[in-house]
Amino acid sequence: MTAAPGTTGPDTAALEEQFAATVARKDRIEPRDWMPEAYRKTVVRQVAQHAHSEIIGMQPEGNWIGRAPSLRRKAILLAKVQDEAGHGLYLYSATETLGVSRRELTEMLIAGKQKYSSIFNYPALSYADVGTIGWLVDGAAICNQVPLCRTSYGPYGRAMIRICKEESFHQRQGFELLMTMMRGTDEQRAMVQESVDRFWWPALMMFGPPDDDSPNTEQSMAWGIKTHTNDELRQKFVDMSVPQAEALGVTFPDPDLEWNEERGHYDFGQPDWEEFWAVVKGNGPCNAQRLAHRTKAWDDGAWVREAATAFAEKTVKSQNGGDR
Amino acid sequence: MSEIKAEWPLYEVFVRGKRGLNHVHVGSLHAADDQMALRHARDVYTRRNEGVSIWVVRSTDITASSPDEKDPMFAPSGDKVYRHPTFYDIPDNVPHM
Repeated sequence: MTAAPGTTGPDTAALEEQFAATVARKDRIEPRDWMPEAYRKTVVRQVAQHAHSEIIGMQPEGNWIGRAPSLRRKAILLAKVQDEAGHGLYLYSATETLGVSRRELTEMLIAGKQKYSSIFNYPALSYADVGTIGWLVDGAAICNQVPLCRTSYGPYGRAMIRICKEESFHQRQGFELLMTMMRGTDEQRAMVQESVDRFWWPALMMFGPPDDDSPNTEQSMAWGIKTHTNDELRQKFVDMSVPQAEALGVTFPDPDLEWNEERGHYDFGQPDWEEFWAVVKGNGPCNAQRLAHRTKAWDDGAWVREAATAFAEKTVKSQNGGDR
Repeated sequence: MSEIKAEWPLYEVFVRGKRGLNHVHVGSLHAADDQMALRHARDVYTRRNEGVSIWVVRSTDITASSPDEKDPMFAPSGDKVYRHPTFYDIPDNVPHM
């Protein structure tokens, strides 16, 4: 089921009005509804980027499955990485309702024509990073994703509802892992602090550039695709995370982090936005490695896709009493 | 990049959450054939006991109404208010109705 192609003609004004009214009612846009081409493009761009992030996001942690410290941690990490694959599939499925095929999306990712979240271009260097990624990276993702459950494009919102239910496990397993390490040796506690120091700023960058440098935000909010600005969500994340860090017994590497009684929020410093743009443009620590790995998996899987297709064709033929 | 002949067809997935409930559409996936679609549906959509039964159907086999039709398909029910129980005035002192 694909979207009806955007039409232009004498009726376009009426269709635009109907679309605007649906969005204004906070009703959902569904795949076969008429929608402005720019809306379709924006949703495809955002959902595809989100799907790619889930798929690429399997790599930093997947790297640790074979080196998990116990069977319990290994089972948890396997389940988590499998969830990321599932989340990628829910989101690809939502993107496909807009008439873009799964293969096209994968090929655009591999060709570098579509982005994924810059956070996954940072390496996971120790097992503490598995915990920090769950706590801070998935925590930031939850902040971003909960409001997206009410996004104006129906299939995207429904995918987000499923994802948010499962992300809660991701964050909690990460926090529990770090708590366990904090009850361990001085060396283990130092590993946790070092990991948090490395991930804090990249986690803040996950909300995207500051509002005055985020050209797509205004239109996305007018269309109901986004419901909060990048800075609003970043503030929410900081406010949530500080008491969690206190409970854990770690600090964040930000000298400007301080409770502001007047605002009722924490004040905090800005991440290095030059670093952010460098990573987005492909110059992060792991960009090349992540894409090379994804490309290899895609190429190595080609014979499986072909064999399954050949088997399906053969089965159909033999069921039709064909060549035995 | 290696070329594959064609993309696996798209299937729509319906899951019965528990006995007594209808199958509900949960999303879609690609698979080479019906059996693979069922297995993929189990792995993608029921990792946490979300279902006791799964239907998969090729997306191309679904016929859907168009929400954009000028003369909406659902107009015939729009003016038949007498099909709803609230259409009928019953005095308050009549019990159990």
